[in-house]
Amino acid sequence: MRLSAASLITAAALASIVFVPLVAHAADDIAVSITNHKFEPSEIKIPANKRVIITVTNNDATPEEFESRTLKVEKVIPGKSKGIVRVGPLKPGHYPFVGEYHEDSAKGAIVVE
Amino acid sequence: MLGALIIVFREVIEAGLIVGIVMAATRGVAGRGRMIAIGVAAGALGAAIVAIFAGAISQAFHGAGQELFNACVLGIAVVMLMWHNAWMARHGREIALEIKQVGTAVSEGTKPLTALGVVVGLAVLREGSEVVLFLYGILASGTSGMALFVGGVLGIAAGAAFTALTYFGLLAIPSRYIFSVTSWLIALLAAGMAAQSVQFLNNAGLVTALSNTVWDTSWLLSEGSIPGKLLHTLIGYTEQPSQMQLIAYVGTLLVMYVLMRIARYRPQRHAAA
Repeated sequence: MRLSAASLITAAALASIVFVPLVAHAADDIAVSITNHKFEPSEIKIPANKRVIITVTNNDATPEEFESRTLKVEKVIPGKSKGIVRVGPLKPGHYPFVGEYHEDSAKGAIVVE
Repeated sequence: MLGALIIVFREVIEAGLIVGIVMAATRGVAGRGRMIAIGVAAGALGAAIVAIFAGAISQAFHGAGQELFNACVLGIAVVMLMWHNAWMARHGREIALEIKQVGTAVSEGTKPLTALGVVVGLAVLREGSEVVLFLYGILASGTSGMALFVGGVLGIAAGAAFTALTYFGLLAIPSRYIFSVTSWLIALLAAGMAAQSVQFLNNAGLVTALSNTVWDTSWLLSEGSIPGKLLHTLIGYTEQPSQMQLIAYVGTLLVMYVLMRIARYRPQRHAAA
């Protein structure tokens, strides 16, 4: 019991470190849709060094996982629904993303300039 | 069919690795088979429930519900792994000794089993819900669904085989060393989970500080490749870690180390107990 108390205190300490820096994000809304396992638009331009919110609307009946290692995002978007993806701030460059469940067709990229 | 098999396998191996390590780490502890079975079953049931409510979870907390959910699941798993390692630091040696002498299971306490049972359940829950959604998507799309579905189910079977491989691979380690090896594996596993967890908090818009990338080793080992994915789960390999992820990783290892030192120290003071 003493041990679990110790781990709880540790967790609380970790949590307080982690939760302190709350920073408000910019409200730049960008929309992307998925239809027939394809992204539209497949290329999104966003400004550098800014937090951007992307609303991904899945028009298909099947779920999709919006995934990008370079953007550090993995987000499941159920069929016929919307998901919000927050990215950035990013340096200028080309950041590809895929729909993990249909990687052959669901491809796109974020271009940061 | 092969495509579906690979997609499902990729999701399952992450949970599979964790289950394999947990099984090796609880070698010789009585009742662990039952606890792992309960963990897997509860995780699978939870995965189905999470998949059903995926839409609602996604919409919760201004669209950050899924990220917060993942961050919490990972955070709880980290605490459970810390608890287990601290317990093992205290009792591991006795168990290893008994395995060596008797060659069979010993009836040590059940405390670490609860912790690891929860870890198994959470791992299955997290990866499983994606598998359930994927398989559901295949069934929902109809037509060529059956072959894909069979591929998906084969992917789960391949993942289970991979779990067995991990387990028996770890068992090949002499019993004298096995608990120090699994303690290290669990420490690295927890550190990797903590790093993933803070990234989810970042994606949720909750912890956005220190988000700059520290290095980029994608040219060396892509996280998308199977070896990259395995190392991602095993030691938390990230091709482009953020500063916050690095802090979480190192911080978890430090906390784990301190906890294990404290736990190890106590029985020597009360040697009679």
